[in-house]
Amino acid sequence: MLIIDCPYCGPRPELEFAHGGQAHVVRPADPAAASDDDWLQYLYLRDNTRGVFAERWRHARGCGRFFNALRDTTTDQFLATYRAGEQPPAVPRDRP
Amino acid sequence: MPETLQRRPPPVEGRGWLEPLPAATRFSFRGGSGAIEALSRAYGVPLPTAACRAASAGPRAALRLGPDEYLLIAPAAEGASLAPMLATALGSLPHSLVEVSHRQVAFAVQGPYAEWLLQSGCPLDLDLGPFPIGMCTRSLFHKAEITLWRTGPTTFRVEAWRSFAGYVVELLADSALELPA
Amino acid sequence: MSRFRTTRGGRIDRSRPVRFRFDGRDYEGFAGDTLAAALLASGVHLLGRSFKYHRPRGILAAGAEEPNALVTVVRDAARRTPNLRATQIEVYEGLVAESQNRWPSLALDVGAVNGLFAAFLPAGFYNKTFMWPRSAWHALYEPRIRAAAGLGVAPGLPDPDRYAQRYAHCDVLVVGAGPAGLAAAAGAASAGARVILCDEQHEFGGSLLAERGATIDAMAAADWIVAQHAALASNPRVTLLPRTTAFGYFPHNNVGLCERITDHLARPPAALPRERLWQVRAREVIFATGAIERPLVFPGNDRPGVMLASAARSYLNRYGVQVGSRAVVLAGSDAAYAAALDLAAGGVAIALIADVREPGRAQGPAATAARDAGLAVETSMTALGTSGRRRVSGVHLGRVGNDGSIRPAASLRCDVLLMSGGYTPSVHLHSQSRGKLEFDAAFGAFVPGTAAERTRCAGGVRATHTLGAALEDGAAAGVAAALAATGHAAAAHRYAARLPEARLEGTPGALPQPAGAVPPAKAFVDFQNDVTTRDLALARREGFESIEHIKRYTTTGMATDQGKTSGLNALGFVAAESERRIPEVGLTTYRMPYTPVTFGSFAGVARGELFDPLRKTPSHDWVVAQGGVFEDVGQWKRTRYFPLGGESLRAAVDRECLAVRQHVGMFDASTLGKIEVVGRDAATFLNRLYVNNWSTLAPGRARYGILLRDDGFVYDDGVVARLAEDRFHVTTTTGGAARVFGMMEDYIQTEWTDLSVWITSTTEQWAVIALQGPRARDVLAGLVSGVDLSPAALPHMAVAHGRICGVPMMLFRVSFSGELGFEINVPADYGAETWAAIHAAGQAHRITPYGTEAMHVLRAEKGYIIVGQDTDGTMTPDDAGVAWAIGKAKSDFVGKRGLARAALRRPDRKQLVGLATVDPGVVLEEGAQVVATPGQAVPLQMIGHVTSSYHSPVLGRSIALAAIVGGRARTGQTLYVPMPGADIPVQVTPPVFYDRDGARLNA
Ligand SMILES: [Zn+2]
Repeated sequence: MLIIDCPYCGPRPELEFAHGGQAHVVRPADPAAASDDDWLQYLYLRDNTRGVFAERWRHARGCGRFFNALRDTTTDQFLATYRAGEQPPAVPRDRP
Repeated sequence: MPETLQRRPPPVEGRGWLEPLPAATRFSFRGGSGAIEALSRAYGVPLPTAACRAASAGPRAALRLGPDEYLLIAPAAEGASLAPMLATALGSLPHSLVEVSHRQVAFAVQGPYAEWLLQSGCPLDLDLGPFPIGMCTRSLFHKAEITLWRTGPTTFRVEAWRSFAGYVVELLADSALELPA
Repeated sequence: MSRFRTTRGGRIDRSRPVRFRFDGRDYEGFAGDTLAAALLASGVHLLGRSFKYHRPRGILAAGAEEPNALVTVVRDAARRTPNLRATQIEVYEGLVAESQNRWPSLALDVGAVNGLFAAFLPAGFYNKTFMWPRSAWHALYEPRIRAAAGLGVAPGLPDPDRYAQRYAHCDVLVVGAGPAGLAAAAGAASAGARVILCDEQHEFGGSLLAERGATIDAMAAADWIVAQHAALASNPRVTLLPRTTAFGYFPHNNVGLCERITDHLARPPAALPRERLWQVRAREVIFATGAIERPLVFPGNDRPGVMLASAARSYLNRYGVQVGSRAVVLAGSDAAYAAALDLAAGGVAIALIADVREPGRAQGPAATAARDAGLAVETSMTALGTSGRRRVSGVHLGRVGNDGSIRPAASLRCDVLLMSGGYTPSVHLHSQSRGKLEFDAAFGAFVPGTAAERTRCAGGVRATHTLGAALEDGAAAGVAAALAATGHAAAAHRYAARLPEARLEGTPGALPQPAGAVPPAKAFVDFQNDVTTRDLALARREGFESIEHIKRYTTTGMATDQGKTSGLNALGFVAAESERRIPEVGLTTYRMPYTPVTFGSFAGVARGELFDPLRKTPSHDWVVAQGGVFEDVGQWKRTRYFPLGGESLRAAVDRECLAVRQHVGMFDASTLGKIEVVGRDAATFLNRLYVNNWSTLAPGRARYGILLRDDGFVYDDGVVARLAEDRFHVTTTTGGAARVFGMMEDYIQTEWTDLSVWITSTTEQWAVIALQGPRARDVLAGLVSGVDLSPAALPHMAVAHGRICGVPMMLFRVSFSGELGFEINVPADYGAETWAAIHAAGQAHRITPYGTEAMHVLRAEKGYIIVGQDTDGTMTPDDAGVAWAIGKAKSDFVGKRGLARAALRRPDRKQLVGLATVDPGVVLEEGAQVVATPGQAVPLQMIGHVTSSYHSPVLGRSIALAAIVGGRARTGQTLYVPMPGADIPVQVTPPVFYDRDGARLNA
């Protein structure tokens, strides 16, 4: 069970959180104008990163907030958590 | 027309280490800083600005459950008067005030084994250091969501949605079988 | 007095004899004995038969690493615990244990049957069997193998014991309470850290428990343990957990511990759980897990009486048990000498110390001490075989010449053959934490390398050689961990320890054998899985080079053993065979659990009624009193029907349905999800989220809402009422409440942050009583105040606030039955009494409570869909026949763009239609497939499936809803539902079966 640092509540056990998939997937501003390809991309296509991955979490059994996290999928270590709407912080991508 | 009906919350049997708390008036309050200030004045409890902290004044309490979310707990008798008073004070400030008095049930887990009992199903660190008096938060007890508020060194107020209360109490009772008589 | 018990010494309590039973015979031991120790004291060495070959097996070890002596402990019919290691079972008065792999019998001479199965079971047996004919596997091999092999039998009755669980947090978790672990815990505690110290044994001390003559800080080791234990126990920030195995490491320093609470008690108090599963979260973890002695690999090394040297020493020093009268000691490490010295002093004749190393490598302090003590020592020896049947009676030794040639040297008589191949650090948990391992060539084993998490290793697991080094390592780790966890520094205590040094390094692999020895007897590498050097060699001949492949092909190091005694010898053998170095061969993964953990511990309290929250509605107790029948809907208990006087389900549902159609029925709808959406932009938010247009909904009115996902498929539905300009009351399906709430939060928080709107779950704030039927208004009229119930004032889909029986009420004029209907919302604490009051007042109107089954029939008669039953996550509003709800003028809503995709607009999509069986008495099976023509050959051309199907009492016939390809265009056609024996003809109809113009609804 991971420890996730909620940007609002601090470090809490994974049990309290719900995973929300890849972060920074932008819903087209004008869906009607989106091409079928754009819409396909938005709906279904996600990265499957080996390494540092930006993902959404919701502190569902805590403050209820959605936020983003950078997690190294090879080690399960979090490099950073940050609020929804914020850009991912710069982190060293090549860790020992 | 029949007489006014009785309030019948899900029964919680007192057991010493666990005691039911009286029915209460509750509101879920959401809003920005302007509404928070206005509500603090009207309610008479300065709403906490620190994460996971509760404040109280007399019988009224405010628990900060999220960055813009508070649980207000007041005596049941204030139910009829509080809502219009708060609504008036908030006026057109952006906010949401929703009564949830009957949504949940409260009981106290208390005594020297209070922390020990709660740790049987709550994954948070309930030691007085990381979970001091005045701290409050939503969390889990086994598979049920609870709201936990430490009101004393060995006293916690536990709130659970009414249909989960029996589950939480039964599981606590199972753990309590081990307690010295 | 048992024959092999010493007259004094050891840590057993000789004043407390205990009687126990093993395989039907009574024995006596002492409090403090393990089952293995007590049996050895009685001269019992044969404890079971091996897994594959049914060879007699005895006791190899004295601790958790024991691969052979697996037994079942029986308390009663329901309390049978298989696969316990006799070396870990504490004896208690009345203990009953059974050997568990006795086939054909424990004592029968093995010669008669050995090899019968061996021919079936070469390396790769499991893989190869999959190539055999399936029929042979099922008919022949599997039943025989299951009967003959296997590791114990699971009990057939429910487990009557309780199992507890808890979460715990600490600054420093120390795993293992040997000298390093005790020093680490003391060091961390001295810095003020919160410490948890656990050890799998019932007493702390680890390797010290088997030492004689060791002193620490001028105290005898035994006294030092007592003092250390007392100091830790008196510290309120230290939690001590004996009998507690750290079985698994999980990410971020989450360590699983299993505490055995009552297994050692003759009469466990009812108040105590049998075991407790701890989920410990530690800022820092110290693995002081020690090291395990390795067996030597040579032909016949599995005979009872062939034992680890350290085990023999432990039985003597700790339990006061001589493991035999005359021992030959095979020394692959100096540790064997220490054992020989202790056993010699303890009255066991040492026939010979046969050192398998060259003379130059057999010169440690222990070896010198043994020679000084006059024990016979030979070097450059090897073991060629053993003799004996159910117990070793002799060993055949060879001498390895300078040129590597081997010639027979001697055959010595003995009743116990001790061996030490060196020590293997217990790196399991470190490895589970993804810590690196490094091969220490001088030590001959893998030792912990870089940690991957906030963990460190201390003591024997790091291949420390001396007691002083282990203590120093532990103390340093303890203060360092405390500093890292808390920021508080402390000085590491400097221990003054005295213990003769015994170097623990060795050389993994098999002892050399003469070239071309045919047929070589079995030399076991993995005792528990019956893997021999021949199996490993065969695997290599068949092309397996990677140790991971060899492990799976031969099963070496698998199952509960996890390679504790076998892993490194397998590697050493394969390395030698393939002329590689051990690190080049690789290393297999250590998996959790370290030793087996009961299912009970993992399940904990989540059994029976407490498996999941059992959510009850306000009418629950009333329904129970009425004899209502419940069904599980998610976590909710909902009333399915109310049988009267032994009524069948069908009779009760028919009666309940007709009562609603003819009079009035009441139904507990409290489980519906409810979300209050509040804020200046509440309507805008709902416009963007739901397909409907909410701007045109006036306060006091409600509308049927549909929620899609952005892919265009129906996600949820429910009535949405506008309570005020800036306030909506949204209802969801019972099962959808939580996920709709989460979806709303997602859009509010992350997508439309421009909106001023908040949501609050009010599902449990309100008790909801549906009152449905032509007499509903009459029932209500006598109970409510402050509401004009007339159709003009409160038309269909109107909402009003008022009072019922004096308590506040939110009243919805809605219908899920097609009849005149109301849904009475009262604050939930009033629900029970409101329910009873309505029922009482309704008696004059023949009111009938009804359950979910009747609710389903009534709604299906009207063609009202249930999301999740009539839809399946791939249906659009048009597919489900509810496209009318879509706000046509809206530029966007969640799912609108998705619906525009070509595939979602095809005319041949499955559409929801009605089906009427040609025979009105036939009720179709829900989920049944539908075809266009009867009598088709397999595979049938399926064009849809039945989603809902009931007998409709008001129509006197069956009705069904179905999703059919191009269904609406098929109205009037005859289709078929293939069932065993017949294709049932059905006619496609519109999905509304009753009151198609809605006259009753608007009454
Ligand atoms: Zn949070």
